[in-house]
Amino acid sequence: MKEFVMIYRSEPMGEIKMTPEGNLVVSKEWENWMGGVAAQNKLVSPGMRLGNEGRTVKPGNMITNGPYAEVKEIVGGLSIFRAESIEEVLELAKSCPVLNVAGGNVEVRDIIVMN
Amino acid sequence: MQEKELIPYLYRTEFRKITAVLCRSLGIEHISIAEDLVGDTFLLAAETWGFKGVPQNPAAWLYTVAKNKAKDLLKRNALFSQKISPQIQYTTDEKHELEIDLSIQNIEDSQLQMMFAICYPGIPPEAQIGLSLRILCGFGIDEIADAFLTNKETINKRLYRAKEKLKQDNVKIELPSDVEIDKRIENVLTTLYLLFNEGYYSSSRNSVLRKDLCLEAMRLTHMLTENEITDKPYVSALLALMCFHASRFEARIDPKGELILYEDQDISLWNNELILRGEYYLNKAATGNHLSKYHLEAAIAYWHTVTGRDADKWVKILSLYNQLLIIEYSPIAALNRTYALAKVYGNEQAIPEAEKLELGSSHLYHTLLGELYSTVDTCKAIRHFEQAIKLSRSAADKKVIKNKISKLQEVKNV
Repeated sequence: MKEFVMIYRSEPMGEIKMTPEGNLVVSKEWENWMGGVAAQNKLVSPGMRLGNEGRTVKPGNMITNGPYAEVKEIVGGLSIFRAESIEEVLELAKSCPVLNVAGGNVEVRDIIVMN
Repeated sequence: MQEKELIPYLYRTEFRKITAVLCRSLGIEHISIAEDLVGDTFLLAAETWGFKGVPQNPAAWLYTVAKNKAKDLLKRNALFSQKISPQIQYTTDEKHELEIDLSIQNIEDSQLQMMFAICYPGIPPEAQIGLSLRILCGFGIDEIADAFLTNKETINKRLYRAKEKLKQDNVKIELPSDVEIDKRIENVLTTLYLLFNEGYYSSSRNSVLRKDLCLEAMRLTHMLTENEITDKPYVSALLALMCFHASRFEARIDPKGELILYEDQDISLWNNELILRGEYYLNKAATGNHLSKYHLEAAIAYWHTVTGRDADKWVKILSLYNQLLIIEYSPIAALNRTYALAKVYGNEQAIPEAEKLELGSSHLYHTLLGELYSTVDTCKAIRHFEQAIKLSRSAADKKVIKNKISKLQEVKNV
């Protein structure tokens, strides 16, 4: 078994909804998809959802505002999976809910463990 | 109760009580001696009750005999007199006599402390569970081997090594500190949950329901909620879970001892008192910000006690199973999640999800697919049910599945 990461990208999606207790509101669609993958014992970690606050540091002490300035798509989050091959992960990614939003796509990468 | 059943029953309920008290009196290094003493006591009961008759208070008889055996051994045994007697004489009074306090309070304290002594991080989790089943639950070695799907020899070795380690590290029979409690209690809860499930599902045995085991697991868990140090939200969640499941004891078995599936149960037989107790502990569990798997499982079990709000109910159950699986995978949760998915989105949508689970060697997997195909493709449904019968080890399960096949065949022939 190897581990892979899915990097979810889409057009910037505006405000992120949180519950009064400070937890992320997860849509039915995402929860069902993640639950379905987990039911196949292929989910290592739901990973994280990235927030909207961001800056980019460039050479010469140059800091630009937000990840959005001139980009059409941003990374919204990432999760970690286990599978025999990258093809297996691509199969899972085909039903990922991020594909249903504007500019949505999934990048699948293998993980190299650092000792 | 027949005498034939009485001794195994008492072995289940009393072995661990007496053993816990003796361990606490003799010290962790003498677990095996305590076990042997109590084992001998039961042997004597089996030999004498047959022709002398069962004593009026069988448990009290066992306590007295075990206590006397411990004292006799202490007097006779050179090892004892050199190694333990001086200390015990030093700590007890001047009568030079071993004090073995078999009061209810001391039995409970001893068991609680033994739970934590055994669930000691220095021994591997499997050995902790095995030793707990032996000392805290009075499981026989063959039953533990069965639970771990291995042989008696392996278990004996594992338990021996674990006891040696406890001795070596001089583990104290006491409650852990506040700092250690979260880490240590995890294993205790796993063991109690295993014990409950052993009683509730008992897949490898003939008796369908081992209510005693469930009640003992609940009693031990309840004991944890009664103590200030161990009364954590996730402990209440586990107890809530057990109460909700146990509320269906009477409804899930028919008078002939056959298993009745959830959908076919007579709801009036559900035990309302246990449901209310479950709700009480579920509310009690709803503090702090740590959502444990026990919280999720208790919430799932709660929704199973709700009647008449089916649409709402299965949406909630599906969501809870999703969350549970994201925290921790288990084949059972995966199968149940798919069943809930079918209840919400229909069988046709759930079938491909079920087939992705790759649990073909489990009878439950084929039972689920048989169920899902029942409304879609009768032939496929029957094939899956037949496969389930082949794989199932429980006579009760086989019977339930056979009924399903006959019903499908009737439909087919109409």
